[in-house]
Amino acid sequence: MNIQELKKMANEVRKNILVATHAAKSGHPGGSLSAAEVYTYLYFQEMNIDPKNPKDPDRDRFVLSKGHTAPGLYSTLALRGYFPAEWLTTLRQTGSNLQGHPCMDHTPGIDQNTGSLGQGVSSAVGMAMFAKMNGKSFRTYALLGDGEIEEGLVWEAAMFAGYRKLDNLCLIVDNNNLQIDGPITEVCSPYPIDEKFRAFNFHVINVADGNDMEQIAAAFKEARETKGAPSVIVMKTVKGKGVSYMENQVSWHGVAPDDEQFRIGMEDLEKIGEAL
Amino acid sequence: MTAAKKIATRESYGNALAELGKEFQNLVVLDADLAGATKTGVFKKAFPERFVDCGIAECDLMGIAAGMATCGAIPFASTFAMFASGRAYEIVRNSIGYPHLNVKIGATHAGISVGEDGASHQCNEDLALMRTIPGMTIIVPSDDIESKAAVRAAIETDGPFYLRFGRFAVPVINDRPDYKFEVGKGIVLREGTDVTIAATGLCVSSALDAAEKLAADGISAEVINFHTIKPLDKELLIASAKKTGKVVTAEEHSVIGGLGGAVCEALSEATPTPVLRIGIQDVFGESGPAAELLHKYQLDGEGIYDQVKAWIK
Repeated sequence: MNIQELKKMANEVRKNILVATHAAKSGHPGGSLSAAEVYTYLYFQEMNIDPKNPKDPDRDRFVLSKGHTAPGLYSTLALRGYFPAEWLTTLRQTGSNLQGHPCMDHTPGIDQNTGSLGQGVSSAVGMAMFAKMNGKSFRTYALLGDGEIEEGLVWEAAMFAGYRKLDNLCLIVDNNNLQIDGPITEVCSPYPIDEKFRAFNFHVINVADGNDMEQIAAAFKEARETKGAPSVIVMKTVKGKGVSYMENQVSWHGVAPDDEQFRIGMEDLEKIGEAL
Repeated sequence: MTAAKKIATRESYGNALAELGKEFQNLVVLDADLAGATKTGVFKKAFPERFVDCGIAECDLMGIAAGMATCGAIPFASTFAMFASGRAYEIVRNSIGYPHLNVKIGATHAGISVGEDGASHQCNEDLALMRTIPGMTIIVPSDDIESKAAVRAAIETDGPFYLRFGRFAVPVINDRPDYKFEVGKGIVLREGTDVTIAATGLCVSSALDAAEKLAADGISAEVINFHTIKPLDKELLIASAKKTGKVVTAEEHSVIGGLGGAVCEALSEATPTPVLRIGIQDVFGESGPAAELLHKYQLDGEGIYDQVKAWIK
């Protein structure tokens, strides 16, 4: 896919996020929307994966450490062909294949159960270590929230990955600057994020605009070409990106759009799509 | 029994890993800076390329083991029971238990027989914690032979296991030609008609000693080794309870939530039976030589004998 096609696909991912959370009447649209470019780029360009063979032992792995933004991942997996798009409107409902947080047993394409913050990154490090120990060439990616890195386990995992020089591991920090209780600078600031990871022996890639597909593409290329150290992409993003009334609003962390809000949001995204 | 060979089950654990490493190529062993104490160092020496030290980071130890298991490895994650079940509980629950991953937790230094290190390191709560995780198999071997059998069974059975080992040298009691280890199956070590003593771990040996003393008093005690705490062998337990009408549980663990808890839950639903729970009586431990502590907390043969005698008189 070329960059223009990827941009259009990211917009489709955003529409699906609204469709799923609106149907569910709950969920986390804000942090799902902020990372739409990352989901899209990973599943449509970067990763060596096959939706028809989701358990391929040699596939690249993706762990959604910030598991509450499952709607973003589910929307991407549906578009990529892992499961029917109709599943999206069953999100969070009893008996659904799409649990509130990612679950391997329910959903094809999920590489580890997540939802309890800080744990996904630790499992991802285990996957990368497995590849190193067994001479496997697959890469492992994990997406973290900026609030999530307040969890101590993130730094236990980072210390191990840096020490072991796991250059087959790429972490992405979605720095949308907002967590549940407010801006991260007003809760328990993890800044400076890049310097912290550098101190843990990571190759740090700062991305000024993580909602810009060109910058995302360049960052993943740099990560792939980096040898001798794990990479972390620290990307500034806009929480709620693409939906006018959600952008940069802390209140849109874990609330779903009602019917009217859904209509306005879909109109916003239609306009963005037409402009692309 | 007096001349029996003694060996700590943590030693048996390390030896078993090293012995089975050649047979099972996807076996990997992880530790958290305690390889010398948990005895995974024995495996490390034999298979350094399949040993991973995660440093003093037990939560990450469990997460890394989980990630490896998703890729097809059979990881043994080892540290002290206190940290494996306590500190890392939620990682074990969410990253290992919930996805039902093939991680084997080798928890050593369980119970008060840790000895001199004292209450901070004497984990008497791990069985209770681990029992609440759906799909977790829990085994407490009673001696060297059973420890090795349990490690093999854990490798050969898919799914998460919690294996509990001790620091204190315990007698070898299962050196019979007909000994057979089967996950989820209790073993009747001595038949009796007056009282059932359901024991696990190092208390199995104590229970046998107690049964001998009780016999001298004319009390016929049936001793059953429940090496598997979950799934509990309810069939065997209920049959024995119906026969004797009285059940005593004996474990180096809190009387809340471990074998005693499991036995009471099973019996109260199937065949309500009077139960005496012998164990740590909802208190923290203390420093001291292991043998002295086991005596003080009445978990040795004499202690179990005294408590059973007083209860059924």
